[in-house]
Amino acid sequence: MNNRVALTGNEAVAQAMKQINPDVVAAYPITPQTEIVQFFSNFVNNGQVDTEFVAVESEHSAMSAAVGAASAGARTMTATSSQGLALMFEVVYIASAMRLPIVFPVANRALSGPINIHCDHSDAMGLTNSGVIQLFSENAQEAYDNMIQAVRIAEHPDVLLPVMVNLDGFITSHALDILEVLDDETVKNFVGIYNPEEFLLDVKNPISMGNLDMYDFYFEHRRQQVAAMEAAKKVIEDVGKEFEKVSGRPYGLIETYKLDDADMAVVLLNSAAGSAKGVVDELRAKGMKVGVLKPRAFRPFPFEEISTALKGVKAVAVLDRAETFSTLGGPMFADVRAALYDLKNDIKVINYVYGLGGRDLRLEDVEQVFNELDEIVKSGKTDKVVNYLGLRE
Amino acid sequence: MAKVLEIRWHGRGGQGAKTAALMLAEVVAEMGKYVQGFPEYGPERMGAPILAFNRISDEKIHIHSNVVNPEIVIVLDATLLGKAKITQGVGEDGIYIINTTKTPSEVRELLGLDDGKLFTVDANQISLETIGRVIPNTPLMGAFVKATNLLPFDEFFDKVRGQLSKKFKSKPEVIEGNLEAIKRAYQEVKSE
Amino acid sequence: MTSGVGNPCNKNFGQGRRTKAINSDLPWKELTKAGNIYEPGNSNSYETGDWRTLKPVWNEERCIHCLICWRYCPDASIIVTNEKFDSFDYKHCKGCGICANVCPAHAIDMITEEQQPLKKKEAKKDE
Repeated sequence: MNNRVALTGNEAVAQAMKQINPDVVAAYPITPQTEIVQFFSNFVNNGQVDTEFVAVESEHSAMSAAVGAASAGARTMTATSSQGLALMFEVVYIASAMRLPIVFPVANRALSGPINIHCDHSDAMGLTNSGVIQLFSENAQEAYDNMIQAVRIAEHPDVLLPVMVNLDGFITSHALDILEVLDDETVKNFVGIYNPEEFLLDVKNPISMGNLDMYDFYFEHRRQQVAAMEAAKKVIEDVGKEFEKVSGRPYGLIETYKLDDADMAVVLLNSAAGSAKGVVDELRAKGMKVGVLKPRAFRPFPFEEISTALKGVKAVAVLDRAETFSTLGGPMFADVRAALYDLKNDIKVINYVYGLGGRDLRLEDVEQVFNELDEIVKSGKTDKVVNYLGLRE
Repeated sequence: MAKVLEIRWHGRGGQGAKTAALMLAEVVAEMGKYVQGFPEYGPERMGAPILAFNRISDEKIHIHSNVVNPEIVIVLDATLLGKAKITQGVGEDGIYIINTTKTPSEVRELLGLDDGKLFTVDANQISLETIGRVIPNTPLMGAFVKATNLLPFDEFFDKVRGQLSKKFKSKPEVIEGNLEAIKRAYQEVKSE
Repeated sequence: MTSGVGNPCNKNFGQGRRTKAINSDLPWKELTKAGNIYEPGNSNSYETGDWRTLKPVWNEERCIHCLICWRYCPDASIIVTNEKFDSFDYKHCKGCGICANVCPAHAIDMITEEQQPLKKKEAKKDE
């Protein structure tokens, strides 16, 4: 293929948005997402897209404007990071409850305080219960591919939920990386023309959206959202298969790397999964049976796929780039451990919290994790369930 | 894992270390290799010591951690010698390319180095004469090509021209100045 | 897993009068998606008349058909025909008494529900 380009993660996302050519983008700048909006507004200014760009005064307004536009029947996007996502919080819940297919990239960044602009997943993990679909991207390529697929997933009639496309702030957003881009026509055909089944500006079929629910309806409508999230699993896989046909790159709910015969595995999201693959290659060369599991979808959480993929391993370390303050480790640890519970296979599962506030995950750190898993497999004992990786003790 | 060449750039905020790392990556990418180019983002202050990194490989690069054991170190500002940790993590056959008026052996003494290969070039003077102001990042790319002998210079030069033409469409004099700077640095870089 | 594939909420689409699917006796799968309402003006079917403790009655002899009551009524419960007062909409009138208060001819009295049987020209069914 000769469409290999060198782009930063933010450029790749903006490029995907340009090719998708959404009807409305409402966004507010925040580090490290700023460039996405900046590049995209250039496309708007240069007439390279037909998008109505709404320059709002805050992220709360950005998502509110997106809710309005999506309700009106527009293919709608926004973008944010960290504090911006936190400010968006209440409106994200409204977008998902109103079943609006808004797609928004999030360049993952730590939440204040202490004030920090660097990568971790605290922002995304703050919205795991909001009813949005969350996809994670290892590198610029996946961020680009996820953006294009997100449109189809969000707008699928079985789903109709917002989709958040996560990429690591700075590590992915600001690093120049090699990726293959699709041509404009392919993207245009893949996302198709947006024909919402119902929308506010459909004067022939008037509709009232975002209505008040009392205790006699709220519970039922929440249950409908769960059903949509369940349906999203199949849709994410189907869209992934279809995307493979046009791109040659397969996508599912999870990605496994050298896991088939592995005794030990690490589970981690985004760019760190790439570093872990590098370490796995080195350790495999030394004869260690190690592998990587990278969830691509975190909401809906692929319980079945994860328990199937890990059922043969003896010890698993879940690496979380966010803290829950439950005092039992990070958010993904809880979910992965729950997924493995019913297997009753006595798989040892431990947790590492790493990389908070942009702390680099070094290859030695990942190696250390595998060495400790090796100890656990040999001794059959787990000393510490929750650990901190790369922390000064 | 396939062989990955790692580069660390030392500079000061405003000298173009990040721009150079990204531009080098773009050029090398165009030459068909897999690359990464990324800065270490700190508080972005003019004059503060900063780092930028490259990875170059013939195969897809998975890892996303910072570069800790570079094969090549490029220093944009001579005043960083003795202050920044120039030699940290570098192996015994590491290559150092330094923007300074000093000779390689003078720099070796300054750094207290026993091994490695040292190259120096007066990129400040070259950029002043060719671009019209002190902007040492592009000439250092020329020195890089000479010192490492990894990439054929003519092809590299053509791709840089392409990149610069895209970036400075309206300023042809900037393009020519930068190209001249790269050529001169390629010719003038000193080894031991 | 608790439900099958596909979105059960969508089975509701295309069933015609979808307001019927907004009913607190129905299970979640049969309600409209996200509580969307597909037929305008459905507040008409919500009868607020039983909130009333006092009801307005019309004194035909005194009425000068100025229609100030019609203008003031917050629940659009004054029914006017041919630019003349016709009747009260007792299905929706909450008995607030504003009409009686603003009437310059004292042609509206507020009485308790039990006090008096309805007179001949009163509640007309809305359509």
